Amino acid sequence: MPILHASFAVPLRTFQLEIELEVEGTVALVGPSGAGKTSVLRGVTGLVKPSAGRIALDDEVWFDSARRVFLRPDERRVGLVFQEYALFPHMTVRENVAYAGRRRVDEFLERFGISHLAHAKPTELSGGERQRVALARALARDPGVLLLDEPLSALDAHTKVAVRGELQELLREFGLPTLLVTHDYEDAASLADQVGVIVDGKLRQLASPREMVARPADGFVASFTGANLLHGTARPHGGMTAITLDSGKVIFSTDSAEGPVHVVVYPWEVLVGHAHQQDSALNVIEGEIRSLVHIGNRVRLRIGELTAEVTEASVEKLGLQLGTHAVASFKATGTRLVSSTRS
Amino acid sequence: MAAAAHRLGPLVLGFLYFFAIVVAMTFMVLPIVAIFVHVPPAKLLAQLSNPIVTDALIVTVKTTLVAQVAILLFGTPTAYFLATRRFPGRALAITLVELPIVLPPAVAGVGLLVAFGRLGLLGSTFDFLGINVAFNQAAVILAVALVAGPFYVRQGIASFEAVDTNLVSASRTLGAGPTRTFFRVTLPLASGGLGAGQAIALARGLGEFGATIMFAGSLQGKTQTLPLAVYYSFELVDGLNISLAISALLVLISIAILLSVKLVTAWRPTRGAVATVGRREPDVALD
Repeated sequence: MPILHASFAVPLRTFQLEIELEVEGTVALVGPSGAGKTSVLRGVTGLVKPSAGRIALDDEVWFDSARRVFLRPDERRVGLVFQEYALFPHMTVRENVAYAGRRRVDEFLERFGISHLAHAKPTELSGGERQRVALARALARDPGVLLLDEPLSALDAHTKVAVRGELQELLREFGLPTLLVTHDYEDAASLADQVGVIVDGKLRQLASPREMVARPADGFVASFTGANLLHGTARPHGGMTAITLDSGKVIFSTDSAEGPVHVVVYPWEVLVGHAHQQDSALNVIEGEIRSLVHIGNRVRLRIGELTAEVTEASVEKLGLQLGTHAVASFKATGTRLVSSTRS
Repeated sequence: MAAAAHRLGPLVLGFLYFFAIVVAMTFMVLPIVAIFVHVPPAKLLAQLSNPIVTDALIVTVKTTLVAQVAILLFGTPTAYFLATRRFPGRALAITLVELPIVLPPAVAGVGLLVAFGRLGLLGSTFDFLGINVAFNQAAVILAVALVAGPFYVRQGIASFEAVDTNLVSASRTLGAGPTRTFFRVTLPLASGGLGAGQAIALARGLGEFGATIMFAGSLQGKTQTLPLAVYYSFELVDGLNISLAISALLVLISIAILLSVKLVTAWRPTRGAVATVGRREPDVALD
């Protein structure tokens, strides 16, 4: 598989986007809106000219500020799928796909299961169908790199899961270096081999989804991956670390740290019960259940300052309800500490 | 008593409301109706073979065709440029382009005369080249282009601005250069609005009077267009019938243009991008 090298800077309105990436396999950039995610894609495609840097697909140089190389978007072998798909409204599905390359159009229509829509106009299609047309059109160009801008955000929750599955399969099949941006960490983690968290134009961390959960670089990255983020002051305590939370409560961690810290606890590592159990969970936070949200077959509970995720079955078994008292416990080994100076 | 007065208020208001509507509608429709009922239609039809009418028709068709083609060929690139480029002085440039829309046509005619006429700014240059513009058909074309062109350019700017920039970007990333992108994506998407703009320019150009009479004069068979002929015939003995015949003809042409604009904008509901024409839902509903 070829590798996309992209290191460049683009001045944006309030900050400068500075990015350095090696895209092999699928890389997902996540971050809040306005973090500069889309500008990364625009830079790679050549729709925006970076102020400095170098972009190359293997040894095919697309942009090099030192050597004054700048290829126009139409000269780069790149396929971009726009956030709202940007299908040409005055053309049929077939004409859209044929726009990039007249060869093998039927093959692509067939491949993406849109042959029966060949003569339909984009306005007549559903969200999922539009995305398939957009993908077919981008890939019909025979690109060396695939770029996806918020590929799932235009879809409703119901379609999203199915389309995400299709997309996973496609990315594997085409085997192109793929760079996608999304504001949803779950989408990023499910689609990509590597996830980069980008804030204010800077890459905070680039790691595999698993590593990012295990060792978040800072508090922001941790909260973005869906973790609980508590603040406190750490001091060594009998081979472990004791953290006095802002609430005054003391908890323990096996990570070592001293001074102000962010405490990272993942919701799926929190146990919930009515009373404190005699088990290996060292840390306990008690309180009223303040919110209760169903997500698929899971339930997210808010107990005190902590969010816990449990199965629907255990909520029923324990009779957990809004306003009832509950005990949340988590192990010291599942209590990660990151320095709070960086964010 | 007080209660009765209370009920009377809305009633009076309601009456005034409908009274205003009836007066306005009648006022606007009556002159058009009058043109057709003043003289029997058969008589109107007979007048159409009058040499004054046929000459004016030929002059109008010839000058209109050339002027509209010129507006299309010169106006489209101008509108595209002003719609897509950001440069210092852009707002000023757009204002200057729009100025002839609000300028009294007679002033535009005087301007043309002192710019291109024999004694004008470029007059001696034209003279040297053996071109005399004033008081011939070229003058009619210039007058129509100056007065009607801005309507097309203004509509064109709005139409090009309404084209989704993502579609243009998409075209570029799909391997199409700027030229192919313009002709395959931008122009087709703007064409509905451009067509409407051309129709407005056509309607305005057909009615051109002030600038033409100042710059081109009113010579039958040479520079006398239909609107000029309406005025010219009116001064002849028994000329009212000729004026009415031409007027009826112009009313029918105007209706045809208006209907075609409405059809085009209704037919392209997605990205019509029609700023000056086009249907608008009433903002306030009174009931």
